[in-house]
Amino acid sequence: MTSVESVVKVGIAEMGIVKSPQLIRTAGLGSCVGVVIYDTSTKIAGMVHIMLPDSNLTRQAPVNADKYADTGILHLVDNLLLKGIKSYSMKAKIAGGAQMFQFSSSGTDMMRIGPRNVEAVKEKLAALHIPLISEDCGGNNGRTIEFNPENGKLMIKTVNKGVCYI
Amino acid sequence: MNNEDKLNELDLLKELGNIGAGNAATALSQLLNKEIHMNVPLAKIVSFNEMMDLMGGSDRPVAAVFLRMEGELSGSLFFVLSLDDATKLINQLIPDKKISVEELPSHELGLSALQELGNIISAHYLTALSECIGLAVTPSVPQVTIDMVGAIVVTGLLEICQVSDHSIFIDTELTETTDNQIEKTKGHFFLIPYPDSFEKILAALGEK
Repeated sequence: MTSVESVVKVGIAEMGIVKSPQLIRTAGLGSCVGVVIYDTSTKIAGMVHIMLPDSNLTRQAPVNADKYADTGILHLVDNLLLKGIKSYSMKAKIAGGAQMFQFSSSGTDMMRIGPRNVEAVKEKLAALHIPLISEDCGGNNGRTIEFNPENGKLMIKTVNKGVCYI
Repeated sequence: MNNEDKLNELDLLKELGNIGAGNAATALSQLLNKEIHMNVPLAKIVSFNEMMDLMGGSDRPVAAVFLRMEGELSGSLFFVLSLDDATKLINQLIPDKKISVEELPSHELGLSALQELGNIISAHYLTALSECIGLAVTPSVPQVTIDMVGAIVVTGLLEICQVSDHSIFIDTELTETTDNQIEKTKGHFFLIPYPDSFEKILAALGEK
């Protein structure tokens, strides 16, 4: 309790890594998904703020890896491996993937992007054999999340429902 | 393209914001029987995270009306209010059923009034814009929500983000002149054209 906590902010389609006593946070997740991958022994954690499910959707060069579920999670895992974390000790928590608006007509697939992001994130974590410890996904509200690598808790704040920890 | 061309393009987009929001402000003035003014719009090419900063931080709670522009132009239009201002506007629209800021998120009649207000002034915004550039624009049915501004506006970035990490962002602020001459912000219009529409807008404006 002697050290001062600082918070590292992760923006949209960005990635960050912290070590306790630092915290890591991303604000205003809507359909985006915040993925935290952490290791309880080294107390290092990384977070990526994902916008879209699949990098094959891109028409951009070069691709911003952190924007997509498939490439963003891989990029995060690679960076955690560089920090000396063993892949078998990695665990994950996720939040976000809301559907902020319900459009009945003109339903481009983009309107269901939240649930699709969550599916894609889960598939990628499963493929990499990273256990998903807890999640707070779906619904139709925005979330701000903050992870504490000291105790492995993910704080979730919403406008209407207050604060909870998963 | 050189920088001067780019600045000229942004000026044209600013002009577009002027025309749209000017009409919307007039409509709002008439609805509320108050003088609503509009500040010179800001047109910028910004990164998604800069856009969040410009909106006051991505987790700022707001009331927003969102609609999509369809037709010859496509994009997203947001009418965004602070929770305080949204509550005040609703109370002017349904004066016999006063609501508080706390009640707002779950107040069906209040939200419905806000949606209708958003519907009317967005329609004025888009009609003016459509007439000015001579391209047909149809608004979708507007949706209203109370939440974090970033979580809301990201919906308007989903098309663009497959192509770029930057977006054109046209922001116009509405203010109310009160008796003591203190101007108070009443709301913002955020217009985010989709990438293909951008060229069409510039071509149409350039011919004028």
